[in-house]
Amino acid sequence: MGSNRRYIFLGLWLVFLMLPIYWLLMMSLKTNQEILSTFSLWPQNLTVDNYVKIFTDATWYPGYINSTLYVVLNVVISLTVALPAAYAFSRYKFLGDKHLFFWLLTNIMAPPAVFLLPFFELYNSVGLYDTHIAVALAHTLFTVPLAVWILEGFMSGVPKEIDETAYLDGYSWPRFFLTIFLPLIRSGVGVTAFFCFMFSWVELLIARTITSTEAKPIAVTMTRTVGASGLDWGLLATAGVLTLVPGALVIWFVRKHIARGFALGRV
Amino acid sequence: MSLVLEGVDRTVGGEVYLNDINLTFERGEFNVLLGLTEAGKTTMMRIMAGLEPPSRGRVVEDGQDVTHVPVRKRSVGMVYQQFINYPSLSVYDNIASPLKLAGFSKSEIDRLVRTEAERLGIDHLIDRLPSELSGGQQQRCAMARALVRDAKLVLLDEPLVNLDYKLREGLRSELRSLFADRDTVVVYATTEPEEALVLGGNTTVLHEGRVIQNGVTAQCYRHPANTTVTQVFADPPMNLMPVEIADGQIKAEGLLSAPLPEHMKDLAPGHYTLGIRPHHLFVTAGEGRIGLRGTVEVAEIAGSVTYVHLEVNGRDWVIEERGVHQVHPGERFELFMDLTRAYAFDSADQLAAAPHS
Repeated sequence: MGSNRRYIFLGLWLVFLMLPIYWLLMMSLKTNQEILSTFSLWPQNLTVDNYVKIFTDATWYPGYINSTLYVVLNVVISLTVALPAAYAFSRYKFLGDKHLFFWLLTNIMAPPAVFLLPFFELYNSVGLYDTHIAVALAHTLFTVPLAVWILEGFMSGVPKEIDETAYLDGYSWPRFFLTIFLPLIRSGVGVTAFFCFMFSWVELLIARTITSTEAKPIAVTMTRTVGASGLDWGLLATAGVLTLVPGALVIWFVRKHIARGFALGRV
Repeated sequence: MSLVLEGVDRTVGGEVYLNDINLTFERGEFNVLLGLTEAGKTTMMRIMAGLEPPSRGRVVEDGQDVTHVPVRKRSVGMVYQQFINYPSLSVYDNIASPLKLAGFSKSEIDRLVRTEAERLGIDHLIDRLPSELSGGQQQRCAMARALVRDAKLVLLDEPLVNLDYKLREGLRSELRSLFADRDTVVVYATTEPEEALVLGGNTTVLHEGRVIQNGVTAQCYRHPANTTVTQVFADPPMNLMPVEIADGQIKAEGLLSAPLPEHMKDLAPGHYTLGIRPHHLFVTAGEGRIGLRGTVEVAEIAGSVTYVHLEVNGRDWVIEERGVHQVHPGERFELFMDLTRAYAFDSADQLAAAPHS
């Protein structure tokens, strides 16, 4: 009885959760005419024209390339910077370490909008405006603190004696870090990469402000689908579906470790 | 050929961890560091290894000052209380890792790893990961890694503490033979007096960051330098009682009055602390035994022996008696002691008389 009720609510919750996504998927497979005229739970005239258009039209697919590029750049930069930083925070005591550690997280507390003007002005003056690296760097302002926090949690779960044993065995720090330590926090690195990816992939405000054409992200392209004949619903839905896919893929890979990531590695 | 600590101090944030340590550890000897928890054993080992710098003083290895030599330039093997192995490497690669880094040839590594694994009885587990081993096997793997490259200094920081009793006894009895033919300085830290006695060699008794006695293990046990040693280097600790010696008599107010035993005859009259080991106290009278009265607090029956905890003249005493004895808490109890087995410590807390052995 009790368990039945639980399944009912679980089912309802799933329906509520999945319905918009289902609707988006169905819309992407319908014609505009069908979307606007009739109410149908699945496409009457199944079409993949929208997908074909996005993958071939030069105004669409570069958006995905641009987004992917700066997101990958961001993840790589964030991890490269955050790994040694997190190691230092987890292993060494230094003046103001706790304050610095907390201060890192306060970076995330500021709304991204605050940084729009300085970023715009700064990148313009150094000639980075409308480049992928500009967006990637701007995003590190938020992803690096997050990465340091998550990685520090995972690293602190590894006993310090392992480091010491490695030094006694004759390992140099870089060699120890790459061959012994990194494999131990593999899942932490995966989760961290996921969180950086997620932030950078969905962030719109900064990305659209400091780009115009060369590095225009997909989300920006999507907001510009209004043509002379109104909105292209089917196309917009298709773009939406394609934007969901990379996130879903990444989540699939880190699904087992994600809870620990949300707890910043402290489980 | 030795490791010498010269005037080593270690202070962290105003708290003294080690205070003026002067010790020499010789090659080929088994050195036991004995002390209660927080006595400074681990700190001392970390300073010897070079993992921590001393606040003052020097560490000298074979006549060379190694105080500030980085650990990876030294030749040290260390085994921790926790089972520390590289979890992502197989047992073989774990043991091989110090050799690889030291630049041994492949065939030489293979030979050394297999020999060492065999000596520690883990040669059949060589392809497994450390997480697939039992606790005892993991610790054997850690030991093999510490021993395999014939380090100049091998430090064992309570390596058996996390093992269950059976495994502990097995590994402990192997330890001596593992080090028997090695030209290395071995230091073994433990909180357990029994372990020190079984392992033999030299014992250094540490207490609150100071060395309170240092010498051949059996000698330290038979002639504890002061009452603190009797509490650290004996389990259960020695029973103590303030007494007065005068006119050939040994007296404690309202408790004891007996003629001086032979080995205390030469003591000058005055105040002393009498010490007697729990197994020299008895629940039954016998020839040459002196009776005392105490109040039973609790009795622990540990198989072949019974530990009776008593309050005697305001102090906690323990009797170790063979067999199972039923006593009732709160009961007035007559116990008997063999004064010829008693120790006397003078008013400056130095050993004044020890029983002949």
